[in-house]
Amino acid sequence: MAKKKRAIWEWKIVRRAIWDALVKLNPRKMMGNPVMFVVEIGSVITTVLLFQGGSAFGFNLQITLWLWFTVLFANFAEAMAEGRGKAQADTLRKARSETIANRMTGSDGTVEKVPSSKLRQGDLVLVSAGEFIPSDGEILEGVASVDESCITGESAPVIREAGGDRSAVTGGTRVLSDQIKVRITSNPGETFLDRMIALVEGAERHKTPNEIALNILLAGLTIIFLLAVVTLQPFAIYSGSPQTVFVLVSLLVCLIPTTIGALLSAIGIAGMDRLVQHNVLAMSGRAVEAAGDVNTLLLDKTGTITLGNRQASRFVPAPGVGEQELADAAQLSSLADETPEGRSIVVLAKEKYGLRGRELSTHEARFVPFTAQTRMSGVDLNGFEIRKGAADAVQAYLTQHGREVPAEVKATVEQIARSGGTPLVVAEKSRGALGVIELKDVVKGGIRERFEQLRAMGIKTVMITGDNPLTAAAIAREAGVDDFLAQATPKDKMDLIKKEQAEGKLVAMTGDGTNDAPALAQADVGVAMNTGTQAAKEAGNMVDLDSNPTKLIEVVRIGKQLLMTRGSLTTFSIANDVAKYFAIIPAMFAGTFPVLNALNIMRLKTPESAVLSAVIFNAVIIIALIPLALRGVKYRPMGAAALLRNNLWIYGAGGIIIPFIGIKLIDMVITGVGLA
Amino acid sequence: MTANGWFQILFFLALVFVATKPIGIYMARVFGRERTLLDPVLRPIEKLLYRLTGVDEEHEMAWTEYAISMLLFSLASMLLLYFLERMQGFLPWNPQKFGAVSPASLAFNTAASFTTNTNWQNYPGEMTMSYFTQMAGLAYHNFISAAVGIALAIAFIRGIARRETETIGNFWVDMTRSCLWVLLPFCVVGSLLLVSQGVVQNLRPYDRASLVEPMQVPRLGPDGNPVLGPDGKPVMDTVAEQTIAQGPVASQEIIKEWGTNGGGFFNANSAHPFENPTPLANLIELFSIFAVSAGLTYTLGRMTGSQAHGWAVWAAMAILFLVGVTVTYWAEAHGNPLLAGTDQRASDAQSGGNMEGKEVRFGIANSALFATVTTDASCGAINGWHDSFTPLGGMVPLVNIMLSEVIFGGVGSGMYGMLIYVVLAVFIAGLMVGRTPEYLGKKIEAYDVKMAMLVALVFPLVILTLAGLSVVKPFGTSSIFNPGPHGLTEIIYAFTSQAGNNGSAFGGLNENTLWYNVAGALTMLIGRFWMMIPMLAISGNLARKKYVPPSIGTFPVTTPLFTVLLISVILIVGALTFFPALSLGPILEHLLLGAGKTF
Repeated sequence: MAKKKRAIWEWKIVRRAIWDALVKLNPRKMMGNPVMFVVEIGSVITTVLLFQGGSAFGFNLQITLWLWFTVLFANFAEAMAEGRGKAQADTLRKARSETIANRMTGSDGTVEKVPSSKLRQGDLVLVSAGEFIPSDGEILEGVASVDESCITGESAPVIREAGGDRSAVTGGTRVLSDQIKVRITSNPGETFLDRMIALVEGAERHKTPNEIALNILLAGLTIIFLLAVVTLQPFAIYSGSPQTVFVLVSLLVCLIPTTIGALLSAIGIAGMDRLVQHNVLAMSGRAVEAAGDVNTLLLDKTGTITLGNRQASRFVPAPGVGEQELADAAQLSSLADETPEGRSIVVLAKEKYGLRGRELSTHEARFVPFTAQTRMSGVDLNGFEIRKGAADAVQAYLTQHGREVPAEVKATVEQIARSGGTPLVVAEKSRGALGVIELKDVVKGGIRERFEQLRAMGIKTVMITGDNPLTAAAIAREAGVDDFLAQATPKDKMDLIKKEQAEGKLVAMTGDGTNDAPALAQADVGVAMNTGTQAAKEAGNMVDLDSNPTKLIEVVRIGKQLLMTRGSLTTFSIANDVAKYFAIIPAMFAGTFPVLNALNIMRLKTPESAVLSAVIFNAVIIIALIPLALRGVKYRPMGAAALLRNNLWIYGAGGIIIPFIGIKLIDMVITGVGLA
Repeated sequence: MTANGWFQILFFLALVFVATKPIGIYMARVFGRERTLLDPVLRPIEKLLYRLTGVDEEHEMAWTEYAISMLLFSLASMLLLYFLERMQGFLPWNPQKFGAVSPASLAFNTAASFTTNTNWQNYPGEMTMSYFTQMAGLAYHNFISAAVGIALAIAFIRGIARRETETIGNFWVDMTRSCLWVLLPFCVVGSLLLVSQGVVQNLRPYDRASLVEPMQVPRLGPDGNPVLGPDGKPVMDTVAEQTIAQGPVASQEIIKEWGTNGGGFFNANSAHPFENPTPLANLIELFSIFAVSAGLTYTLGRMTGSQAHGWAVWAAMAILFLVGVTVTYWAEAHGNPLLAGTDQRASDAQSGGNMEGKEVRFGIANSALFATVTTDASCGAINGWHDSFTPLGGMVPLVNIMLSEVIFGGVGSGMYGMLIYVVLAVFIAGLMVGRTPEYLGKKIEAYDVKMAMLVALVFPLVILTLAGLSVVKPFGTSSIFNPGPHGLTEIIYAFTSQAGNNGSAFGGLNENTLWYNVAGALTMLIGRFWMMIPMLAISGNLARKKYVPPSIGTFPVTTPLFTVLLISVILIVGALTFFPALSLGPILEHLLLGAGKTF
C-alpha cells in the first residue's frame, strides 16, 4: 500500500465517483440518510410538477435541476470517500490473487498442490523461498525472511520464525529465503487481507455511535423544518400570498441541514482512510471514534518513549584512574560485544575521547562473552583481564583476586542507579576497579513535546516498563509522562486499564506479544503491532502495519479530527440557515407586501434570483466542502476551551457570514448572465 | 426610555441576582433532605401527610415510575378540577350564586389549563368562578402544578448528578417538599405583603357602588351585537350602579406569581387594582415570578458540583432577558409612528410612548418589564394588554414563549427546558473539541439526543400545525377580531402561549369556542406532558451513566463562551423554526405600521 497521500481530486477516483453518485440515487440506498432522502423526494415532486406545465417554466426547471444536483453532490461526496478506499482495495486485491499451496497430507511429509482458496483452518502447508504464503497462518517450523511490502509498503524483508512473538505470517506475502512449515489459521474469505480489503472499501461500514446520534439530530431538525415549511403555506394563504410548491421545496431544502447530511458518511469513511494512509487498520469505525475520546494512553517505554536500548552516556573513573584510561579499557572490553549496549560503549569512547575501534586479532586477545553465571563480559589481552558487568558481579570477581571496590566507585554506582541509569563497573584483574560506565535509556527526540501536546488535549500518558521504580521514575521525569507503571507484568497492565475504566476513562494501548492480548482486548483502543502474534492482532481493534508504537498518538489525533470535522460541519450547516431565511422569506412575500423587502438585506435582484441563489449556494457548498470533509478540519493540539473558541469562530460565525456573501455573489452571477 | 425606567428594570434584575444564591442553597438543602430552618414546623406535617397517604419516603423511583406517578397524579387532579367546576352551583362559598362552568369544553379547557400550570383563561374569573372553585380548585392547582414542575427539575438535576444508578428520587416526596418548603412559606409572607399594598382578601359578596355620573351604554343582544331600535340606532341603557368584585385574592395572587401560574382572580389579571395595586406590589409580583427559577440555576450548580455551570446558565438567561426587555421597552417608549407630531415624549406629566392598554400606575417601563418577565417565565400574568403593544413590543413576549420559556422560565419547567437546550448545545458543538460530547461528566449519546429532539419537536408540531389550521378553516378564522398580520399574530400567540404553558393571552381573539377550547386544552396537555416524559427519560438515562472526570480536553460548560454558545443555540434552534410565521405576523405588521397601515 502506497504511503504517499492521494490527491483529493484524482481523476480516476472522480470518474468512478460520478458514476456511483448516479447509482446511489436508488431510494432504498438514500433512505439511510434521512436528510438527503427528503431532498430526493422534493426533487421528484418538483420534477413531476415541472412536466405538468405551468408558468415560470425556466425558473422551475432551474430549481428542479439544482435540487437534483444537491442530491447528486451528496452522493458524489460519499462516492469520493469510498473511491479513495476502493483504489487502495484494488492494490490489495492484486496481492490476494490465487496461488498454489503445498498442503501436507498426513504426517509422513508428503505434499499435494491445492489452490489457496481450498485451504481451511488447521491445514499445514510448506512454503519455500520465492513462493507466496497462501493464507494467514502461524509458523510451526523454520525461520524465513518475508517480503511484506504488499501490506506494509515497507520493502525491507522481515524475519518470521517459529515460536515466540514473531510467528504469524500473512497470506499474500512472499518468502524470500528458507523454508517454513505453516499452520493455516483462517478460512478463505476471512484472512487478514480479506478483512483489510473490506475495511478500506467501507463494505463493512456500520454507523458509529456518534454518527447515529448525529443522524438523529439531523433527522429531528429535518422534521422540524418540514413542519415550519408545510405550515407556512396556510399562513401564506391567510396573508393572501400563497406559494408555489417549487418555492416551498426550495425553502425546505435550504433549511434542512443538507451540508452535514451530505458529507456525514464521507467524513466517517475519510477518517478510516486517513488511518489507512498512516498504515493503521481499524477494525471498526467505533474504534476510531473511541480514539478521539481516549483519556489515558498506556505507552510501552521501549520503542515508544525511549530508543530501543540503553546506551552508554558517561564514564566515571575511579580515584587515580584517568577518564581516557577508563574509556580505553571500556572500549577494549566491548569490542566483541555485539549487544546494543556494548556497541554504544564503543561509540561513546570514540565520540568523546577519539578512541578508534581497533581490530584485535584472536591470537592476541581472547574475548569473554557474557554468561548468566559470571554476569560479566570482557577481554583477556597481553596478560590483562578487563571485565565489565553489574557492580555485585564485578565485586565478586575482584574479591576473588583479592581486591576491593573503592568506596567512591560504590557511591558512583549507587548514584547512577538512583538517577535511573544502569551502572556497569569496569575492572582489571591486577588494578582493581577502573570506574563506572553509565548506561542510560535515551528518550526519543521530540517525545517530550508530544506528551505536552497530549497533556494540552487533556490526555494522560502512562509509561509501562519492566524497569524498577527508581529507573522508571527517572525516565518518566525525563520524557515528561504523567505517570508510570514500573516492573509491569501483564496483570498489572490489565489492572491499570480496569482501574482507569472504572473511573470512566477510556484507555488506549499498543501491544504485540501474546501476553498483551487480554489487555489489548480490555482497552478501548488496542493497537496491535503487525509484527506481533496472531493473538495480539485479534485482541486489538487496530493493527499498525508499520509496528511503530509511537503511532498511537497519531491514532488519537485522527480520532479527534474525525469528531471535530463532524461537529464543525454540523455547526456550519445549522448556522447557514440564518442567511437563507433572509434570502428566501422576503422573496416569497415581497410581491404581496413590498415592505418586506426591508428583510432583503443582501439586496438580491429579484425574488426568483434570490430563491435560486440560495438553492445553488446550498448545493455548491457541498462540493466546496468535500476536500475539508475528506482531509478533516485543521487540528492543533490544545485544550478544549481554545479549540471550541477557534472552531466556533470559524464554523459558527463563519457559518453565519459566508452564505450571505456566497448567495449575494451567486445572485450577481445569475442575474448577470440572465438566468433569473 | 428614561433613566428611571432603566433603574427600575436593573434594580429588579439585581434583586433576582441577589436572591439566586440563598434560594438556590435552600432548595438544594430541601431536596437533599438536609436540615432547614423550617423543619421543626414542616417536618411533622410532612410525616403526617406520608402516613395518611401511605407514601414510603425512603423509596427511590426509576424514571418510569416517577413519570407514571406524575401522570396519574396530574390526571386525578385534572378530573377533580373538572368536577368542581361543573358542580360549583351545589358547593359552598358561592355568594354570587354562579352555576356550573359551561360549556363543558370550557370546563375541560380550564381543567387542562390549571393542571398544566398554564392558567390559560377562556373565562372572566369574577363572572364565572365561585370562591370555593377559586380556592379549592384553582389555587390548589396553582400550588401542585408548580410543585410538579419543581419536582421534575430536581429529578432532572439528580439524573445529571447521580452515577450508575437507576433511580432519580421519589415523586411524592419531591412534590410534597416543593409544596411545603418552597411554595407555602414564601406565599404566606408574600400574600401578607400584598395585602399591605391593598390587595383584597375576603369572602364577601361583591360590593355595589352608585356611579357619581351615570352613563349610557348600548344594549347588547344575545349574539353580542348592539340591539337596534326601530329608528336603526342602537338602544341605549342607563347604568347607575357598578359591581365591585371581591374575594380571597391575595392568597391566590402570590402563588400566581411564585408558582409562575399566571391565572388571574379577575379577568384583568395583574392590571386589576385589587390584584396589583401599587408599583411596590408590582415589584413583589415580578420578583416572585423569577425567584424560584433563578434559584434553581444555583441548585443545579450545587447539586452537580459545578457552581460555575449554574452561573453560566444564569448568565445566558439574564442576557436573553435583557435583550427582550430592551426591545420591548424601546418599542413601547418609542410610541406609535402614526401619531408622529403628537407629543409622545416621557415627561413629569405623562408616561409618553405607547400607553394604549397599559396602566398609568405602571407606565411604560414596568409594563414592558412585566410583559417580558411573564413570558420569559411561563407565568402568563399580565399587567398590560399585549394586544395593544406595538408590533415589535408584542413580538418579544411571543418570541420569549417560542423559545420554550427558558429565560428563567416556569418554576422547574424553565430549568428542565433550559437543560434540554444545554444537551443540544453540548451535542452540536461538543463534537468540535474532538470528543464524544460530555455534559458535566456524562456522555451525551444517541438516546439522549433522540429524547431531546422529541422535546424540540413539540413546539413546532402543535403551534404551527394548529395555528396553520386555524388561519385557513372557518372554525378558526371566525374568532378573529383583527384581520391581517395582527390577527395572525393573535392566533399564533394563542397556541404558543398554550403550548408553552404560559397562559397569557394576546387578546383580540374569541377563544371560548368549541375549537379553541378543545384544541387549546390538547395543546396545553401536549405542551406540558410531551415535554416532561422525554425529559425524564433523559434524566433516567443520565443517572445510569458512568461519570467521566472532566479534564482540560473536556467541553467547557462553565465559561462565558459556553454562555454565548447556549444563547446561540436557543436562538437558532428555538427561533429559526418560527421565523417564517413571525415574518408574516409581527414583523410584517411592524413594517406596514412604518408605512402607515394598522390593523
